[in-house]
Amino acid sequence: MSNVLIKSADIVGKGRRDVLVRDGRVAEIGSVSEKSTVAKDVEVVDADGLVLLPGLVDLHTHLREPGREDAETVLSGTRAAAKGGYTAVCAMANSYPVADTAGVVEQVAALGRAAGYADVQPIGAVSIGLEGKRLAEIGAMAQSAAAVRMFSDDGHCVHDPVLMRRALEYVKTFDGLVAQHAEEPRLTEGAQMNEGAVSAELGLPGWPSVAEEAIIARDVLLAEYTGARVHFCHVSTARSVDIIREAKARGAKVTAEVCPHHLLLTDEAARSYDPVYKVNPPLRREADVAVLRAALVEGVIDAVATDHAPHAPQDKECEWAAARPGMLGLETALSISVLALGGPAEVDWDVLAERTSRTPARIAGLEAHGRDPQPGTEANFTLVDPSATWTVVPEGLASLSRNTPYAGMELPVTVQATFLRGRATVLNGKIEEETHS
Amino acid sequence: MKHLLTTKELSREEAELILDVTEQMAEAVTGREVPKLPALRGRTVVNLFFEDSTRTRTSFETAAKRLSADVVNFAAKTSSVNKGESLRDTALTLQAMGADAVVIRHPAAGAPQRLTEWIEGAVLNAGDGTHAHPTQALLDAYTMKKRLGGVEGRTVAIVGDILHSRVARSNIWLLSKLGAHVRLVGPPTLLPKDIDDWPVEIGYDLDASLKGVDAVMMLRVQRERQNAAFFPTANEYARLYGLDERRLALMPDHAIVMHPGPMNRGMEIAAAVADSPRATITEQVTNGVWVRMAVLYLLLTNGESK
Ligand SMILES: [Zn+2]
Repeated sequence: MSNVLIKSADIVGKGRRDVLVRDGRVAEIGSVSEKSTVAKDVEVVDADGLVLLPGLVDLHTHLREPGREDAETVLSGTRAAAKGGYTAVCAMANSYPVADTAGVVEQVAALGRAAGYADVQPIGAVSIGLEGKRLAEIGAMAQSAAAVRMFSDDGHCVHDPVLMRRALEYVKTFDGLVAQHAEEPRLTEGAQMNEGAVSAELGLPGWPSVAEEAIIARDVLLAEYTGARVHFCHVSTARSVDIIREAKARGAKVTAEVCPHHLLLTDEAARSYDPVYKVNPPLRREADVAVLRAALVEGVIDAVATDHAPHAPQDKECEWAAARPGMLGLETALSISVLALGGPAEVDWDVLAERTSRTPARIAGLEAHGRDPQPGTEANFTLVDPSATWTVVPEGLASLSRNTPYAGMELPVTVQATFLRGRATVLNGKIEEETHS
Repeated sequence: MKHLLTTKELSREEAELILDVTEQMAEAVTGREVPKLPALRGRTVVNLFFEDSTRTRTSFETAAKRLSADVVNFAAKTSSVNKGESLRDTALTLQAMGADAVVIRHPAAGAPQRLTEWIEGAVLNAGDGTHAHPTQALLDAYTMKKRLGGVEGRTVAIVGDILHSRVARSNIWLLSKLGAHVRLVGPPTLLPKDIDDWPVEIGYDLDASLKGVDAVMMLRVQRERQNAAFFPTANEYARLYGLDERRLALMPDHAIVMHPGPMNRGMEIAAAVADSPRATITEQVTNGVWVRMAVLYLLLTNGESK
């Protein structure tokens, strides 16, 4: 079904329209009509009461394939993405083997195409094996069929300033960018959670906020010095926001993302010692959450990115220190973003679309994504029900893993349908099993 | 009280009850030809130790045996370091064995709390990472009670590596709950960040902090911390924060010197101080058995039969 008439959808909160999609692209967009004659080969989707958003784009997804298919595969991860309203995800490079060659990034991209639930844009590693020593073959990955533009050693910080400088100079030639996991490693040796009053009491080694801020400050300077683009992954502290705001005011080519969990949860959650709340960078203080929310509204933080990090049960059903960091995000990110932007009654859908779709698509260079419906644009859309709520049940998620920190929580807003090039990947809130027509 | 995980979660009444029962245990057993009570006959206590600590394990084992419990020692390896059996699988094994109580020592903070989610028996924390060591704090409080006549209103200086000390944390919560004034003394590198809300005074000058104390508690400091720049050298540490005879003389005559052991003689405590009559180190070991008897008894009988 790639010919669809989406009837009566509220287009990004700006008013109700009918959207006719033919051959995967928007053919017509017009006022709502009661008796429009519909051609036989066009499926009608009643979107009365629903908001149409450009399909969500995730800058930061761990799909775990190749290497940890027990935790997630490209297929299961992109099904989760579609369920969460995403039409494109950027797959982080820390697979096994690491995505540090043209071969691996092409493999991941091909798996994404075969799955058909969301466009998968591989991110290439900055350094071979994410070891932070020698540059990976960035040029080969850029010129490969996967056309990689974004490079990251995520999971690790590119902490060597020389390597970071060279990587920036290198990616600049094709307007690429480095997505930095900002964590000064010497300041976080053995770190388990945010350093502060809660870690002091719990006796868990602290991850000081300055370890993030010091790298962001350095990389802002390197971005300005080299003239290259730097993107900051999962910004988690109030002071990081200040540094990024000042850098942008000076014209530095820096962008930043925030994760849903950093917009909602705090380090108080660690009191349970349940590693489902262990994540890197860690959950911070209430004051940081407030500043991150304000920065997202303001646009100092450009995008919401999930840092979707599936983990097998044995990597979470253990003591805190032995657990792997990371939490699921794809299926809950939209709801949490709506909460962080004021809740379903107050949210400005245009700002939501900007932070979860248009801007991330622009940062990643995904030209067919992040576009509001206009005649000729690819039909990559999400229909959300702004008045519905749902309860997070880990066993009910499309991800192979269960490590969601929101289990049992009632969240606002449901995804009713997701369209990838006009084809429904999710319809009536359910994943479509047949994605190839 | 189903488990004993931290002293923070104890109410003052519960803490005082434990100290009262400790006294009863000491009285009931001391002087007996066979120092044994039948209270826990037929009950199984498992010592689950993921860290080598013969002292603590022996203390718990002795306590359980004096209450006539069956004791199983289960030495285990940690999943994080040795990729051995996971804590959860070990818990399920113990559950299947029908353990009535599990005494756990683990290098990871929070491991005892995780254990309570997987087994039905009582969990007794015998030290988890740098988080808590509640029976150590209880035996320290009991020792103060015996030597100083009480805890309420007394001033206690806890000296040294507070950051890495579960003993310090457990003592801070317990002693302040029992009405003591607690002073923390150590180099700023070895004090946790953001502890303004803790019920303590903080000092960096040991000489000044010893004035007017009723007890000083010296914490073990690992020499290896100098390699991570927590202090320049062991010698400088001993000069600034070690308890020697000169400093002992700064303390009031009645004040006692405590140490949870094992000691680093010449580092945090001078040999002459460790061996002085004002040091309570061997009493602490003896009191440890009474306290652990009291806790096992209360956890396994809910204080119902005496
Ligand atoms: Zn990261």
